[in-house]
Amino acid sequence: MARVKGAAVQASQSQKKESFWSYVKQHKWMYLLMLPGIIYFIIFKYVPMGGLIISFQNYSPYLGIAGSEWVGLEHFKNFFMNPDFKMLLVNTFSISILNLVFFFPMPIILALLLNEIKNKVVKKSIQTMIYIPHFISMVIVASVTFTLLNVESGVITQLVAMITGSRPEFLSDPKYFRWIIVIQNIWKETGWGMIIFLAALAGVDTQLYEAAQVDGAGKLRQVWHITLPAIKSTIIIMLIMKVGSLLNTGFEQIFLMKNSLNSSVAEVFDTYVYTLGISQGAFSYSTAVGMFKSVVATAMVLTTNWICKKCGETGLY
Amino acid sequence: MFASRKNKIKLSPAEKVGMTIVYAICILAGVLTVVPFLYIVAGSLATEKELVERAFFIIPHTVSLNAYKYIAADGSIFRGLANSFFIMVVGTIINMLFTTTLAYPLSKSWLKGRNLVLNVIIVTMLFSGGMIPNYLVVKNLGLLDSYLALMLPGAVNAFNLIIIKNFFQELPHELEEAAKIDGCSDLGIFVKIILPLSKPSLASVGLFYAVSHWNDFFNSLIYLNSTKKFPVQIILRQIVLLAQGASADGSAIDFGAGGTPPEQAVRMAATVVATIPILCVYPFVQKYFEQGVMVGAVKG
Repeated sequence: MARVKGAAVQASQSQKKESFWSYVKQHKWMYLLMLPGIIYFIIFKYVPMGGLIISFQNYSPYLGIAGSEWVGLEHFKNFFMNPDFKMLLVNTFSISILNLVFFFPMPIILALLLNEIKNKVVKKSIQTMIYIPHFISMVIVASVTFTLLNVESGVITQLVAMITGSRPEFLSDPKYFRWIIVIQNIWKETGWGMIIFLAALAGVDTQLYEAAQVDGAGKLRQVWHITLPAIKSTIIIMLIMKVGSLLNTGFEQIFLMKNSLNSSVAEVFDTYVYTLGISQGAFSYSTAVGMFKSVVATAMVLTTNWICKKCGETGLY
Repeated sequence: MFASRKNKIKLSPAEKVGMTIVYAICILAGVLTVVPFLYIVAGSLATEKELVERAFFIIPHTVSLNAYKYIAADGSIFRGLANSFFIMVVGTIINMLFTTTLAYPLSKSWLKGRNLVLNVIIVTMLFSGGMIPNYLVVKNLGLLDSYLALMLPGAVNAFNLIIIKNFFQELPHELEEAAKIDGCSDLGIFVKIILPLSKPSLASVGLFYAVSHWNDFFNSLIYLNSTKKFPVQIILRQIVLLAQGASADGSAIDFGAGGTPPEQAVRMAATVVATIPILCVYPFVQKYFEQGVMVGAVKG
């Protein structure tokens, strides 16, 4: 059918003046089917992009975009001069880099270990268990964390108190915040993050291992010379993508774990935009902050994607 | 891999120790993942005395359903479950309507304007207006505090769209051609041939949408105001994180010998009730999601 239609398109082009409308009419159902989706993208994706211009105004909901006063780059200037700017950068990068160092390798390590388990029942059972947290909501993850780390009755607090004699205030002491975020990520997503590596590992030709064994290579050398090279490109792509999204710390998790006592280390761009924009109604200023973040984040994603392609890997876009 | 079993090459003692460690770590990882859940289930069934006296347990000495009686009397978490269920079902239907109708024309590479639309969509995967402009659009449409605010702004997920589009592209063209010759319109082909043929991939994308509606917290947080409309995630946060507790009047319920349930047990019970629905569908969802990860990994 595609070829038939392709020929039809070419024929119409050679005839030149077969009008646009008759083509649309011929395929009216195709265009009508597309219409709701296109309208959706315009209203809920492109209109908000246009709405970014309020970051150059003192937007007032009563006056609307047309009636609000223009202030140019004032909100951006205020944001960059504000000490909050530095705090947000430090907090965002601290959380992202801790995630990169401690969370990123976990799925790879676990996939390598699980790949060595030949007993199918054991392997499947472990997979089934460690995938569970991926499907539960961040609110449940936070609830579980609160239950375990609660200062009065949390089981981990109690255990630590038994060992050290003092009760750490995990949920309010700023020094624990980032680690809690990283550990939540490890607990929630390590299992699921493994899937892509397990799939790459399943594609390794078993003859390579047989040959290595004949050559007298032990398990460790097999892993080093066969298994790791097989997933190397997957690891590199995932790593580059992670670096590209360093600014995206995710809203829900941080928001749920943040409180007035730890906000000096917890506040990141998204939570800041929420507090100022939605809670306090500073629409223009918070839009400027959000826009700064999206522009830098998009630039980072595009750059890392470009590096990916330069390295001979397939990029994401 | 399989070679070691086939060739029966014996493991050296060092390798045996290594394998034991590998098994130990993997099993430990599995256990550490589920233990918090088990503890919370156990705690929700325990009495106040036990929660205070024993730091950690998986099986409570005395089983008490008081915490559950308490949240049942309060009812807010169950109302939340019902709201979440409604949002999930209607939301997913809207998602599937918008996504499939857009994906079908986009799966026809010969269609004029198709590449333009595709690029317009890909741009939105890279860049978005962000929280405040989105909020203002929803506000100006008069959707604040309505469930449509949770359903319409995310009606099409670009990744899911591309998964379905690719699936449609893989379908054999012959059936469509035959139907066309029989005088079937493009709409007829879509409804009578394409959709029924795509059931497995539609089911899997439908599940993606359903789970994300169920787990959504952010949209309800910014768009809903009325307590009556809150989904379970918002209510769970109020009970557990904001420690507002369930607000039922405890004196009206007969808790028997176990006494009034401690707040801790009530919070645990609320967490259990909010987790159970997703665990019930988990085995089913896991299978489709695993396939979905691999489909998603194949480039559009």
